Amino acid sequence: MSFILPIFSAAMPELFVLCMASLILLVDVFLPERARIITYVLVQLTLIGSFLLSAAEYRDQVEPIITFSGHYILDKLAVLTKLFLLVASFFAFIYARHYTKEHHIARGEYYILGLFAVLGMQIMASAYSFLTIYLGLELVSLSLYAMVALQKKSNVATEAAMKYFITGALASGFLLYGISIVYGVTGKISVAEAAGFLQTVSMSQQGIVLFGLIFMMAGLLFKLGAIPFHLWVPDVYDGAPTSVTLFIASAPKIAAFAIAMRILVEAMPGLVIPWTHILTVCAVLSMFFGNVLAIAQTNIKRMLAYSSIAHMGYTLLGFIAGPHSQQGYSAGMFYITTYVLVAAGAFAIIALLSKPDAEFDHIDDLRGLNERNPWLAFMMLLLMFSMAGVPPTVGFFAKLGLLESLVEAHLVWLAALALLFAIVGAYYYLRVIMYMYFEEPKRAFVGTPLSISPGVMAAISVNGAAALLLGLFPSALIDMCRISAS
Amino acid sequence: MVSLSQYLMFAAILFGLGVAGIMINRKNIIVLMMSIELILLAVNTNFVAFSHFLNNNTGQIFVFFILTVAAAEAAIGLAILVVIYRHKGTIDVEKLDLLKG
Repeated sequence: MSFILPIFSAAMPELFVLCMASLILLVDVFLPERARIITYVLVQLTLIGSFLLSAAEYRDQVEPIITFSGHYILDKLAVLTKLFLLVASFFAFIYARHYTKEHHIARGEYYILGLFAVLGMQIMASAYSFLTIYLGLELVSLSLYAMVALQKKSNVATEAAMKYFITGALASGFLLYGISIVYGVTGKISVAEAAGFLQTVSMSQQGIVLFGLIFMMAGLLFKLGAIPFHLWVPDVYDGAPTSVTLFIASAPKIAAFAIAMRILVEAMPGLVIPWTHILTVCAVLSMFFGNVLAIAQTNIKRMLAYSSIAHMGYTLLGFIAGPHSQQGYSAGMFYITTYVLVAAGAFAIIALLSKPDAEFDHIDDLRGLNERNPWLAFMMLLLMFSMAGVPPTVGFFAKLGLLESLVEAHLVWLAALALLFAIVGAYYYLRVIMYMYFEEPKRAFVGTPLSISPGVMAAISVNGAAALLLGLFPSALIDMCRISAS
Repeated sequence: MVSLSQYLMFAAILFGLGVAGIMINRKNIIVLMMSIELILLAVNTNFVAFSHFLNNNTGQIFVFFILTVAAAEAAIGLAILVVIYRHKGTIDVEKLDLLKG
């Protein structure tokens, strides 16, 4: 047996992030307190550098490259996922800067942990064996647990961190147990080899693999935050510092989508009927409970948490339609990408409303936002419209694409249910808009316009404008998703 | 000679005990962490047993990775635990009740 040197150039974006993260970790130790901005700048430059490397790969590479002994793949899905999650993380760090300063969260560590989480997500995007999937997932999770707990003075943040940690570790345990069962039947941990082996196995062996797959799906659904493994989502979103909530709600979801594609679609095509049945139940329950429970919330972070459960339900629809329709998977990918964009913007606005050491995350705190800062209110309006799926924002096309592919897959009843729950969901998004535009500000805020630094304002504006412009010209992004997830 | 199915039964019981420990336990966060370790060890038993009976080393390599990650995970969990103890002066699971709804 000979040792084959892996193709390192394929993994350049990850290697770059890894080297820079280690370097920044060292640099940060020697920086004086007032020069901490250097850490932030270096982290953002790393993200930009990695983005450029990935973009070059996206342009050049036509055939998928599988290297590192079959543990790593470079294909369109991986590269596009990386591009999306790097952009999402870049924005998440811009929004975090102001917030971490005002809330006395350790600043250097925050970005470095974030950078390691980004590295984990990149690995998830490119993982081609169960081992790399697991390692990427854990790298993300461990960084995120620590990021939630970074606000050490806050009671709720530490509690949220503990809850996230326990449930997250349990989910990893489920995932691993599933992997061990699949390994036991097939003797393989590589996605392609497992898929190849599954075509040759007998019915009884297939039953055992299905048993393992159910455990793996439990882990996946947990990371996506879909019912029945959603219990952590509201508590963690609510308790975590808003800048961390924003990060958790954005880039990791795209990475989780990528590993769901690898495990369900690429490794288990032989079990497509059972897993679509399971996902159908989970998707319907997520859309129903997510939307209905969101109505009852008075805390806006909690409301957005339940709404994210509902949106994950919609994303799962893409997987259900996928096997029977050409555009199913790409519709799911388009949906989750645009959702992440919009959710990041919405959480960023909540983060901007907060004052030093105080959160204003009650829905009442949005009352009369239009009088205090009309532009911010307008951006929130666009983001809420997009979440609700009102044309011409991007959320409308995301939902439309999913419904189209469902109809194409002869699942009209599911499309009708999805539409019904979307109407239920519109209620609470529109309620936010009503509070902003048609209510008076709370007495404490009357006559106190909300001023925001121009840099953050520009980022929010880009985010809101993207929600509108991608809705007006969605074809480029849809085409990218179609090429990568087909 | 212990057969594969006996190993698997053993691992399944360990796994079930771990999950039950997380679901049922209402006393102490440290017990939760022990349950998590139990789950991971059940998985490791599975991997090693399969690896032995399949004559295939991959499973044993996988176990090394799981052990390493489990150690890092335990470190982070204990760090969060210390922060919680400083706040509340207790590590009672029932006292983690600020977030609900």
